[in-house]
Formats: sequence, structure tokens, C-alpha cells
Amino acid sequence: MKGYLGIDVGSVSTNLVFVDENGGVREAVYLRTRGRPIETIQAGLREVAGRLPAKTAVRGVGCTGSGRHLAGVIAGADVVKNEITSHATAACALAPGVRTVLEIGGQDSKIIIIRDGVVADFAMNTVCAAGTGSFLDQQAARLNIPIEDFGPTALESGAPVRIAGRCAVFAESDMIHKQQMGYGLPDILAGLCEALVRNYLNNVGKGKEILSPVVFQGGVAANVGMKRAFEQALGLTVQIPPHYGVMGAVGAALLAREKMARGGNSRFRGFGVAATRFAAGGFECDGCPNLCEVVEIKREGEVIARWGDRCGKWSSALTPEEKTG
Amino acid sequence: MFCRPAYKQYDDCEVLPVKVTFPHMGHAWICLSAMLEYLGVSVVVPPPSSKRTLTLGVKHGPEFACLPLKLNLGNFIEAREAGADTVLMAGGCGPCRFGYYAQVEHAILEDLGHHYRLVVMEPPQRHIGELLAKIKYVTGQSSWWQVVQGIRFGYCKARAVDELEMAAHRLRPREAVPGATSAAFKDALRVVVQAGRPADMPAAVARAREIMAAVAVEARPVLRVGIVGEIYTLLEPFANLDIERRLGELGVEVDRSIYLSEWINDHLFLGLLRNMRSRRAACRAAAPYLNHCVGGHGQETVGSTVLYARAGYDGVIQLLPFTCMPEIVAHSILPRLDIPTLTLTMDEQSGEAGLVTRLEAFVDLLEQRGKRRVSLPAAAPA
Repeated sequence: MKGYLGIDVGSVSTNLVFVDENGGVREAVYLRTRGRPIETIQAGLREVAGRLPAKTAVRGVGCTGSGRHLAGVIAGADVVKNEITSHATAACALAPGVRTVLEIGGQDSKIIIIRDGVVADFAMNTVCAAGTGSFLDQQAARLNIPIEDFGPTALESGAPVRIAGRCAVFAESDMIHKQQMGYGLPDILAGLCEALVRNYLNNVGKGKEILSPVVFQGGVAANVGMKRAFEQALGLTVQIPPHYGVMGAVGAALLAREKMARGGNSRFRGFGVAATRFAAGGFECDGCPNLCEVVEIKREGEVIARWGDRCGKWSSALTPEEKTG
Repeated sequence: MFCRPAYKQYDDCEVLPVKVTFPHMGHAWICLSAMLEYLGVSVVVPPPSSKRTLTLGVKHGPEFACLPLKLNLGNFIEAREAGADTVLMAGGCGPCRFGYYAQVEHAILEDLGHHYRLVVMEPPQRHIGELLAKIKYVTGQSSWWQVVQGIRFGYCKARAVDELEMAAHRLRPREAVPGATSAAFKDALRVVVQAGRPADMPAAVARAREIMAAVAVEARPVLRVGIVGEIYTLLEPFANLDIERRLGELGVEVDRSIYLSEWINDHLFLGLLRNMRSRRAACRAAAPYLNHCVGGHGQETVGSTVLYARAGYDGVIQLLPFTCMPEIVAHSILPRLDIPTLTLTMDEQSGEAGLVTRLEAFVDLLEQRGKRRVSLPAAAPA
């Protein structure tokens, strides 16, 4: 089998997918990043390699997510793309005709407006993390229910309670208050979903023209309570695409396919990198008062990438090919 | 307009200023120190704005003030350490609170025990004489003729620096060797800075032009993006995380809606010089959407965006410091203008990842949109 590898390294999860020549998703791996992106990427590569047939050829690699440069250096990426473009690419491929993409991940959320198959506008959360998956995770933990049960329980609600959605801190104290008043768990959970959707639409979706078909993706799309809250707030049907949780990785793989179609050999270092010794280190440059925190990535003791310096003194000391991409 | 009577702080001072400093705003220091040093004033240029400057400003500034106040404050504290005793600061009238920053910053510095003399250069409302009087105070013994020559010298430097910046904007997306433009710009700027007398300027400008012209370029398609917004975040690379360089390296030719020399002509010379871009054109273009001064550069932001759309630019990026009222007013109008826009709010965060992601995504958006426009041959004019 021949195909393309997509790697999405986010703050909360690291996702890897393998798509075949026709753009079909063959394998998807979802791992928690747990603050150790390098080890997680290696674990993900090991897992993908184990699942694929022995004679699989990787024709290209795309990386995305906040750790995309790191992933690009470790795996040897052909394309390193921002999350917006990757998510939009995946949504257009898996939900043809889509005009609005709502994406809520672990630490960030975004809205992408697509018109005629092209990104026309986008926004990312700036103010706070109240509208993201971490917040739901936290509240589920506080209420002592597994996150998987969050959505189905919320759907049982007949009369959701009103919870302030402006800020996670207010939402939490409001929620505790409602709990102490004796409201039922389903009503509180449904209220939380509505608060989160209000927060998202007021902050991220502010001023955007949300037109059908609407696609909801990102890890939080697993929560059926959130899907229903979006449908009620928008008055529109919301679709959840297959592989909604790994759309960034799918987009990165598709972008790698697009790039490699123009020719050239992949820079993929092979699944063997899972066994290579990588180390990340850093130091504070004292060349000027900016005191930049420079990050160094080493492979088997040899520096292969550096970034974080404002002036380029350290990153440009390496060959351009090895730079951040 | 909420205009206050001219601030008279300097009248109480018997002693003439000894060492003058001013806040950083991009390359404005080159123009200001040229003018002052020509007039025999000794100048202390604050160290370039850095994380330390920001840390000092954030520590001592009011939490909800905008980024410019915090960086000004940091500049003054660092200039004090270098021996400055007089602050030369711009003022302003109108809804933007910047008009009162000079006094607020001065009061904070006093509380900290940094005693500075304060000279506020209010933009002349009726007559250029108001401004000249303050310059005369700072420059002491100089004759009016010398003062005028000094201003001219400073203005020449501003023009030269702006010309170099424009060249850098044009070259960077086309450079054959990554980083070559930024390196040449640094060298060219040094040549302009070193020109000590007005008579040295023509040779310095010619040399600087040569340096820029030596940057090797490749013919390649580039995107054109206009940058609009609040003047300080536009002009100060430290405040906007060097957005012009980043865009250039992403293959974007940028044009800034405000250059220092244009601002000087508009606000200090009251538009005396005719053959250059002026805020009046921007305000005329803004009229159908915003026909009133909302303070700061709100009206210019709207107007410049309209002008960029008309000129066929691919997109516009609006920059503002967090909590900037005039730009928030302008922001609400931008979606109605027929051009893709991206608004970026700058504050003390130094995390560049978020900015880079947004810029890359915006550039992708413009590229895709451009391709589609080309591939639709019979596109009806909108």
C-alpha cells in the first residue's frame, strides 16, 4: 500500500493518520500529548507502523498543530501547515460543499468560513480557554462523570439550567451554585453545553456569517450535548464528519498528497525514527536584553533544529533545510 | 473634541534641559535625534525596546492601559538609567486616551522617584507656532533659522528611512537569499544614521540606495497586503512582533498605511507638503462608512482599507493594541469593505506561535482566493 502520513501535534492530543492514494483514511491514532510531544510522536509512529501492512510506502508526510515544527523535524515532513488550512482542507474533502467549520479542540477553538471550496474568513479564540475541550474535561471531573458520558447525559435534560458562559471561572461558580440548589445532573450538563456554545459564538464566531452546511469537528464534537446545543443556538443542522477527532492530521496528509503530486521525493525519515534518540534542550541567549529562550532539538546528540530566537542568530546558524520549515 | 489647555510644565523650570530623551516608535529616533543633535541638544536614545522594557512598563503601568503606555514608560525608565533628564513626548487631542499619556507617564515616573522635566509636543491645532515654541524651549540658544534647518534635517532623515523601509517591503518577498533584505536594511539604516550634517544626506541616501539595490531578487509572484491600524503598533516592530518581516518572508509584499514622514507632514506641518500621500485621502474614502473622527487612526484605518481594496491589494491586516477604542470602532466596519481582512490585537504576550499560525492561514486564504480569481476567466466585476 502507498499513502501519506498526517501528524497533528496539539497541546492536549497528538493524532496520526495514514491516508491512501485516493484520500481514504486507512488508519487513525489518537494519543494524549501529556506535555511530552517528542515521545508521543514517536509512540504514534510506532503504533501506525504496527498497524500498517509490512510493505507500506510512505509517499509524503504533512505536519500541523502547535507542535508542527517539532513534528516536522522529527518525522521529516514534506509539508508543515497551520491548523486553519489543515482543518479546512480536511473538511472540504470529507464534507464536500461545507460552508462553515466549527472546530473545538483541547486548548483552542476556531471557526472557518468556506465559500466555493475556499477559505474566505477565519478566527481563533483569543480571550480565554473557556470555550474549549479542557474546560469540559475539568467540569466533568468536578462532577465526577467520565467525559464519554457527558454528552448522552446532557441529552436527557428537559430544562437546561442557565450558566454564565463568559468566562470559565464564572461558569464554574455558577455551576456549583446550581448544583447546591439541587438541579439534576442532566440539566446542569446541558446548561454547560449551552454556555460553552454561547461563549464560542460570541467570541470566536463574532461577526461571522454562519451558513449551512455546518460541520462540527475537533475532539469536542464527540460530545452529542454540544452538537445539540449548537443546533439549537444556530437553528441549523450540524454535521459531524467521520474522523472528526483527527481532522487536522487528515488535512495535513491531504496537503502532503497535493504537494507530492507535483513530484519530488519525500523527506520522511522512516518509521525507524521511533527508535532514534531525540532530545529537546534550551538555553537563554544573552546577546541582547530580549533574552530569547532558544530551543534546540538534538538527534543522537547532534543539533538538528533550533528556534525561538527573535533575531535569527541561532536558527540561521543551521542549514535552511533543517530550520523550522 | 476634548482639547485641554497647553501643558505648561516646562515653564517652571529655570534650568535648560541637559539630556533629552523620547519614547521609541520604530525608527522615529533617527529623525528625532538628528534634529535635536543638529541644534546642539544632547540626546539619550533609550535602549531598543526589549523584554526588559516591557517588564518595567507592565510592572509600573496601569493594568488596563494599552501597550504603548507600558513601552513608553519602560523606555523612560531605561533612558533615565542612561542619564536622561528631560522627556520629549507627543501629545494629542481627541477621544484617544493617548493625548493624556505624557502627563500620566510623567506622574508615574515622579512616583517612582525618576524626576524628569516634561515637554509635550501637542499637534498644532491652528498654527505651527505652538509647536515651534516648544522646540525653541528644548533647543534654547538656537536661532529660528537654525530651528527650521534642524526640523528639515530631521524630516530628511525620516524620508530616507521610509524610503529604505519601502524598498525592504518590496525586496523581501522576492529575495534570492533568505534574510538578505533584512541584513541590507540594517546596513543601509546605519549609513543614514551616521550622516551627521544636512550636507552629508545626499551622499548617505545614495549609498543606502546602493546597498538596497544590491539585494539579489528572483522574479516570482507575490501577494500584496496593506497594513492598517493604530500608529504605534504599526511603526514599532517590537510591539507587532516584527510582522512586516514575517509577512515578507511568507512571500508577501506589504505596504503600511502610515509612514513616519507622512505623519509628520499631516500632523506637524499641517499637510504643507503636497506631493505625498495624506490622511485626507483616507478620510475621504472612509466617509461613506465613518464620517467622524473617532480618535487615534480609526478613520484612517477604514479609509486606507477602502483605498487598498480599490488598488487591487489581496488583503489587509489591521493592528491594534488591546483595548484600543478607535480601532475597535474601525474593526466593526472592516467586514463591510470588499477585501479580506485580518485583525490582530497586540498586547504584552510574546508567544509568537499564535501570530504565526494566523499569518500563515491568512496568506493561504489569500493565495487560494487569488488562484480562484485567475481560474475564473469570465468573473463578473463585483
